[in-house]
Amino acid sequence: MGRIVTNESANSEASSVLSLFGAVLKRDLMLAYRKKSDLFNPLIFFLMVATLFPLGVSPEPDFLAQIAPGVVWVAALLATLLSMESVFKSDFEDGTLEQTLLSPQPLFVIVLAKVLAHWMMSGLPLTLLAPLLAVMLFLPAEGMSGLMLSLLIGTPTLSLVGAIGAALTVGLRKGGVLISLLVLPLYIPVLIFGTSAVQAAVTGLPLAGFFALLGAILALGLVLAPLAISAALRISVSG
Amino acid sequence: MSEKKNWMPRWFYQLASPRWSYEIMGKLLPGFAVAAFLFLIAGTVWALLFAPPEAYQGNSYRIIYIHVPSALLAQSCYMMMAIAGAIGLIWKMKVADMVAKSCAPIGATMAVLALATGAIWGKPTWGSWWVWDARLTSMLILLFLYLGVIALYSAIENEAMAAKSAAVLALVGLVNIPIIKYSVDWWNTLHQPATFKLTERPAMVPEMWLPLLVMVIGFYCFFAVSLMMRTRNEILVRERRASWVKELVEKQ
Repeated sequence: MGRIVTNESANSEASSVLSLFGAVLKRDLMLAYRKKSDLFNPLIFFLMVATLFPLGVSPEPDFLAQIAPGVVWVAALLATLLSMESVFKSDFEDGTLEQTLLSPQPLFVIVLAKVLAHWMMSGLPLTLLAPLLAVMLFLPAEGMSGLMLSLLIGTPTLSLVGAIGAALTVGLRKGGVLISLLVLPLYIPVLIFGTSAVQAAVTGLPLAGFFALLGAILALGLVLAPLAISAALRISVSG
Repeated sequence: MSEKKNWMPRWFYQLASPRWSYEIMGKLLPGFAVAAFLFLIAGTVWALLFAPPEAYQGNSYRIIYIHVPSALLAQSCYMMMAIAGAIGLIWKMKVADMVAKSCAPIGATMAVLALATGAIWGKPTWGSWWVWDARLTSMLILLFLYLGVIALYSAIENEAMAAKSAAVLALVGLVNIPIIKYSVDWWNTLHQPATFKLTERPAMVPEMWLPLLVMVIGFYCFFAVSLMMRTRNEILVRERRASWVKELVEKQ
């Protein structure tokens, strides 16, 4: 059964995929906007974790400047994890997720849009908030651009990989801690390259290599993670 | 409809039957058990009594004969778990799911053994129980991946669902292992200028690596034995409602 794909139908298919992507993205953003506590809690958490380090370790500016890249990155990573559980939870609870899986639309696109919406509500604000933390932790000004850029390229990967954990545990009553257990080991490469980029920026070493690596991981994640997320969602909902 | 092509060998399909797998594993078990016993005994005696002491580390290096096989096994066990999980996902084979589930605790144990022997070896050679060496760190992360898979198995009550979820997680981990490995290697060279150069070991003499090879083979045979025993148990538990399992239990 060969279906004849004309230029026109291919075009309309591409535009329908785009409109699907847009619709899911818009819906998720709207939902997040209506429930602002979910939006702000991870950001407040991000700020609090970073405050704990001067209190717990040492308020010396020199020392803080040294650990600042790692602290900001670890705080961003934990804040992303904190917000991860909610990605599919409400959709699962009210049955929307089941209807989504039953619909003929490509799940890959829907999942990608949902992850993008999550990133815009978590990774992007975290990136924008990072300079504040960097100033609080006395990160030298040269490191600022490296920090922002590495977070900008690195946090989408965190959302993508975290969504795999969220999809696997969406059907469980206590998924929160489990997500961290499943996902944290997978975050390690992003953490390493992210902090290395900031440190290279502080010491004036070339950065491009780290951004290339973060970008490569992001590209790999963009292609493969939605497949894993879709498979995990199908397993979680069918069971 | 085109003709069905039989490009998979027959034994592959037969493995899908829990009963057939149970029986074939029962037949293979004694052979592997004897081999594991002989290789491990021979390797241990050879390694501890007859292999020459190392020039710099003296006799303390002999822990390598446990350390290296367990580290190797920890890595290949993850591969096996992920591949078995993939077979379970693709061909919907229950036995493959059971094999994958049985792999996880064995691999985690081997990773712990590798870390523990590494720490014990590190004390006399490096002067501390733990260094953030790239290899040690990778092994620690591998242990975390195993623990995640085990946690997922125990969190989901439905067995079929748990098996599928864990298979997806194992496959995601498999894609990540090379990335983690390279990033950790690179992180180590960035943060720690080579203080300890264990990674570039001088080439060993045959008197030293031959017993090591025997130990590695022994460990793999032991792995096969414990995997088959675990899988057989798993088959009996999961197939407890099948008539052949009931007959088997009644015969006992």
